[in-house]
Amino acid sequence: MISISGLLGQAFAILLALMLAPLLSGWVGQCRAWLQSRTAPPLLLPYYMLQKLFHKDVVLAHGASSLFRVAPFVVFGCMVLACAIIPSLSTDLPLAPAADALALVGVFGLARIFISLAAMDVGTSFGSLGGRREMLIGFLAEPALLMVIFTLAMTVQSTSVATIVETLAHRELVIYPSLAFAGIAFTFVSLAENARVPVDNPATHLELTMIHEAMILEYSGRYLALLEWAASLKLYAYSCLGLALFFPWGIAAGESFLALLAAIPVLLFKLAIGGFLLAVIETINAKMRIFRAPEFLGTAFMLAVLGLLVRLLLEAKV
Amino acid sequence: MNSAIPFSAQLINLFAAVILLLAFAMLAQRRVLALINLFAMQGLTLCLATLVAAVTTSQPHLYYSAALTLILKVLLLPWILHRLVRKLNVKGEVEALINIPTTMLVGIVLVMVAFNVALPISELSHTITRGTLGIALAVVMLAFLMMITRQKAITQVVGFLSMENGLFLAATSATYGMPMVVELGIALDVLVGVIILGVFFFQIRDQFDSLDIRNMEQLKDS
Repeated sequence: MISISGLLGQAFAILLALMLAPLLSGWVGQCRAWLQSRTAPPLLLPYYMLQKLFHKDVVLAHGASSLFRVAPFVVFGCMVLACAIIPSLSTDLPLAPAADALALVGVFGLARIFISLAAMDVGTSFGSLGGRREMLIGFLAEPALLMVIFTLAMTVQSTSVATIVETLAHRELVIYPSLAFAGIAFTFVSLAENARVPVDNPATHLELTMIHEAMILEYSGRYLALLEWAASLKLYAYSCLGLALFFPWGIAAGESFLALLAAIPVLLFKLAIGGFLLAVIETINAKMRIFRAPEFLGTAFMLAVLGLLVRLLLEAKV
Repeated sequence: MNSAIPFSAQLINLFAAVILLLAFAMLAQRRVLALINLFAMQGLTLCLATLVAAVTTSQPHLYYSAALTLILKVLLLPWILHRLVRKLNVKGEVEALINIPTTMLVGIVLVMVAFNVALPISELSHTITRGTLGIALAVVMLAFLMMITRQKAITQVVGFLSMENGLFLAATSATYGMPMVVELGIALDVLVGVIILGVFFFQIRDQFDSLDIRNMEQLKDS
């Protein structure tokens, strides 16, 4: 049943995601700077960036088709939808039936296809290079992500994200070795999907290494702002998904508005810890050669499959 | 859903899963020294699993075998291997015959086979650790795979030792460990084996100037 409080909670979750996502990116950037003994940029840097970009005029390449102009909106829309169906604060989400966990992977895939097509659309070599690399990473990361989701779906017998999180949050404390495997695999996949250090460096414009930056090189003005915002929303979505799946405590289950309010500080705390850990991972790892990325993601896939197998062997009976 | 599994069995399952994970990490590892450290960690996890089994079932000889594992596989053998690596000056990367991602995929297939083979067997057992039999079998097969796909003699020995870990886990999970005499015998065997192989390493290197065992295919009586 769709209730008023559910609708309110849903709207609030989307709003919070939109507001909080650049903050998370800023926080990760700041932690990285601290860990590398640099002077940290201001925490609100992504907001300033967005504001600046939204006020700038758009410069379009000569060969740009309408696809190039539509893509930022599609990507942004996909990320907002993803944030809406991932239970970050509450599992009572009226939009949740719109897409289960498998379709969620599809939503991310749709965004990936559009951004890659747009990157190739202008016809610059960097754009097509970035687009191809993105597809390479994507087609290796998606099976691993699906395997992680299968493992979880088998544990709770449902593919709906909200149901999975609700069931996991309210079980008694049982050690699931399969969840540990799935968790590590999920971390690998998120690093690759969000263009983080072992696979891609979000702060680089070095031609040989960039993936995500190469794709958005031709964008400017509000389009670039939307894409940057979408990128931080993607990071936020993956963080929330990981936290909700593997550390589901503190997520409100239902009706009460108080529980929703109580879930906010918990979420902020978890995101802060998660962002710091991400910065640590990015600091202690060097960026891999691009041809090592398949191996990295192959490991993620293997871990996810192992999780599935271990789940079948150790936890299926009884 | 899983509430029927007691907590100790969950712990053992977790440790067994970690052992399997480490077996895969060893397959993927490119550096010799890190490989030896992983082997030591696998031994430590095995020791912890045995300890948990010992505490739950209060079988005295499991304490002994846990202690034996700790001394032999966590401290002594890695130390010997580290010393060998230093003395032989083995540096750099492990050379694999098949590239590593392919090895991992083969490994996954082996795990599936092992799990399926072990499932009917573990039904017959009544120990709390019976679920881990499949993992033990998988570890044995992965260690086999490592021995087959590696060129350097040292990594093959680590594979051999890892296989022994798997056998040990299998014994613990199926029947709460082998009789003490057998266990001591195997431990001694492994120890002596590693020492003798260490001597072999030096001989191989003196003969061929390398530890690559492919050279040994060309041995001929002349």
